[in-house]
Amino acid sequence: MEGTIHTLQEYMFRTETITYILIVIALFAITFFWKFLNGRDDEE
Amino acid sequence: MSDEASTTKSYLTPFNIIAGIIVIIGLFITALRFTKGLGAVTNLSDNNPWGIWIGFDLLVGVALAAGGYVTSAAVYIFGMKRYHSAVRPAILTGFLGYALVVVALNYDVGRPWRLPFPFIVQQGTTSLLFEVAACVALYLTVLFIEFTPAAMEWLGLKRARNIVVKLTLLLTIFGVILSTLHQSSLGALFLIAPSKLHPLWYSPYLPVFFFVSSIIAGLSMVIFESTLSHRYFADKMDEAHLKEKDDIALGFGKAASLVLAGYFIIKVIGISEGNNWHLLGTSYGLWFLVELFGFVALPCFLYAVGVREKKLKLIKWTAVLTVLGIIVNRFNICLVAFNWHLPSSERYFPHWMEIGISVFLVTAGLIAFRFIVTRMPILYAHPDYPEEH
Amino acid sequence: MSITRRKFLGWLGAASLGTTLGTTAHAASNKEFKGYPESRGVLFDNTRCIGCRKCEQGCNKVNELPAPDRPFDELSVLETKRRTTAKAYTVVNRYEKVSSPKAPVYSKIQCNHCLEPACASACFVRAFSKTEIGAVTYDESVCVGCRYCMIACPFEIPTYEYDKAFTPRVMKCTMCHPRVIKGLLPGCVEACPTEALTYGKRDDLLRIGGERIRKFPERYVNHIYGENEMGGTSWLYLSGVPFGEVGMREDLGITPAPKLTSGALSGVPMVVGLWPVLLTGVYAINKRKERIEREEKQLAVADALEKARAEAESKLAEAMEQAKKEKEAAIEKAVNTAMEEAAKAQTEETADAPTEEAAKNAGEEDA
Repeated sequence: MEGTIHTLQEYMFRTETITYILIVIALFAITFFWKFLNGRDDEE
Repeated sequence: MSDEASTTKSYLTPFNIIAGIIVIIGLFITALRFTKGLGAVTNLSDNNPWGIWIGFDLLVGVALAAGGYVTSAAVYIFGMKRYHSAVRPAILTGFLGYALVVVALNYDVGRPWRLPFPFIVQQGTTSLLFEVAACVALYLTVLFIEFTPAAMEWLGLKRARNIVVKLTLLLTIFGVILSTLHQSSLGALFLIAPSKLHPLWYSPYLPVFFFVSSIIAGLSMVIFESTLSHRYFADKMDEAHLKEKDDIALGFGKAASLVLAGYFIIKVIGISEGNNWHLLGTSYGLWFLVELFGFVALPCFLYAVGVREKKLKLIKWTAVLTVLGIIVNRFNICLVAFNWHLPSSERYFPHWMEIGISVFLVTAGLIAFRFIVTRMPILYAHPDYPEEH
Repeated sequence: MSITRRKFLGWLGAASLGTTLGTTAHAASNKEFKGYPESRGVLFDNTRCIGCRKCEQGCNKVNELPAPDRPFDELSVLETKRRTTAKAYTVVNRYEKVSSPKAPVYSKIQCNHCLEPACASACFVRAFSKTEIGAVTYDESVCVGCRYCMIACPFEIPTYEYDKAFTPRVMKCTMCHPRVIKGLLPGCVEACPTEALTYGKRDDLLRIGGERIRKFPERYVNHIYGENEMGGTSWLYLSGVPFGEVGMREDLGITPAPKLTSGALSGVPMVVGLWPVLLTGVYAINKRKERIEREEKQLAVADALEKARAEAESKLAEAMEQAKKEKEAAIEKAVNTAMEEAAKAQTEETADAPTEEAAKNAGEEDA
């Protein structure tokens, strides 16, 4: 029984927490990716 | 008005006197609120836990502060550089708006010193309020940073100012993301209470409605704010502002008209999706129709006429009507159509002191706005920093 | 799905994103959750309730709530409809107008301890939690006091201490969680003299309720309120009259509260993921358009300059040509004039002045 999720609330809490962590990572990642993508253009 | 601030002899202007009285009353209610509790100054009850401090200060405040992200997105992302002179006033209005929202929340929540708890103690990630809180906190920071160049130009911090200006695109994009999220989530707050909100206003589209209407609110507030600024601070405006002012009213009026048209369509689809046609005949239905036609369809049409005929006065008054419509909509969702199933004796009507605090905060915002535009380069470009476009 | 999920979480765990993530969702494959298997609840049978308010009194006592304005044995209180307050976790209401000769019928309200609590879903500091034993508990040490739980609760149960300036709390029935974990009965259940309240495992209560309905079909409405309402509640109700007649909403539906907001919540990462793409895309398109415009402008300017230069050159050449012609003509003319003059001079013998004139003419042309 230990470690199993019994309620939708608990399940959503876990998935949403992971989602928020991913959101923060994604925002940083896309910023750096944008810089990488345009790096050569900006050098000109 | 603005020149009087700099001369000592005439502090007793009508604005100053009225603002002074409001501030004194506001401080008195503030003292009462924080020493005697919410019960002493509000009509909130167990059935009506949210009053106008949420309905007006939070929901309306955030919607009307949308001008910041709408304008900066138009100029910096969509490339409408003709409207550049509208950016700084809109950012300032947005920043002050959000700052006041946060101040108002300190009044409304039971233990305001715990407001950072959702971030630092326990994260209730399943709550839409968590999302709203996170986005409002972050967006207030973004708006603050977007506002700082004006203050830095005023203070002569050239290097810091240039660093912040380099971040413009990043901040704008972050601002739009955060605004999309929390503007829509404010509507989504009510998704959890289908049994309490009248079916005509309850819709799975609530987040979309709130987001789209925030764009309308933002556009209209820019027109409204620019009209007022021109009236009271014309001497602070440089040539670019004076020249672009009418252009902005025409452009933003056109955009608002178009978005209102889209908003009208999705609102009608909302009725259909909820299969609520039969409710339109009830008294709530009538009020819904007043909102839909009087505060959505009518301003949409008036904006269109104003833009076609180049009637600036009509556009300006339509902006006022549209802003009123946003207030009506947020009030309907949070107060009028909420708890509609309860008998009238259990319904909420604000205490005068609740209204007093809301008026006090709006006044504080006006005072801060005046303080800033009479000192910092908001309505004009600083001579040392000509526009880089 | 459960395997992929386990792998997914394992991978996240390996990436040390958090220790809480290493669990698996029971029956996650269809995302259907049945609640805690050992969960307790209370069955309220309103055909047995006599409206004595002993449950209210018991509740008040065990929870150490402030004394009521009017004593518990005063039954005239029942004449007005009441709701839970910060001083009363449970109240009994009397209903006279019911479609049954059994009137009056009494109804007890308190927190229903939902299997999927709306308050817990709505709370942004997780002050509420559904415990394994069934109670939905509240942790005042983290509560900010936003009162969104009160907005969210479909049963209108949570209340707030509006009169406290510094330590206002949300107040609601705890199903006597502190007593229950000690093996005691909830205060109201213990105080009930008619066994209108039965405490036990929720599964057993459902069975008991079903049996009563089966045994006495004429006595009960064929429905156990709370079995599925809002995804199911730990408190269950049997009634002799339709539930709507005793102040219980029959239009709440069976959707658990977290489901109501899951759609909006799942929109959040989509906005975060796609808005940057859309916005930077629009920005890039505009920048490109501007660059092309600028280049075209430069090109046009260069073109115009070139054209102007060529035109000027050709004009100059033309002018030079003309000047040359004019010069030649002038010289010719001068020569002719001179010759004519000379011829004249020869005849009239006055040669000085015309020669001078001719020389002056030629000099002007040269300049």
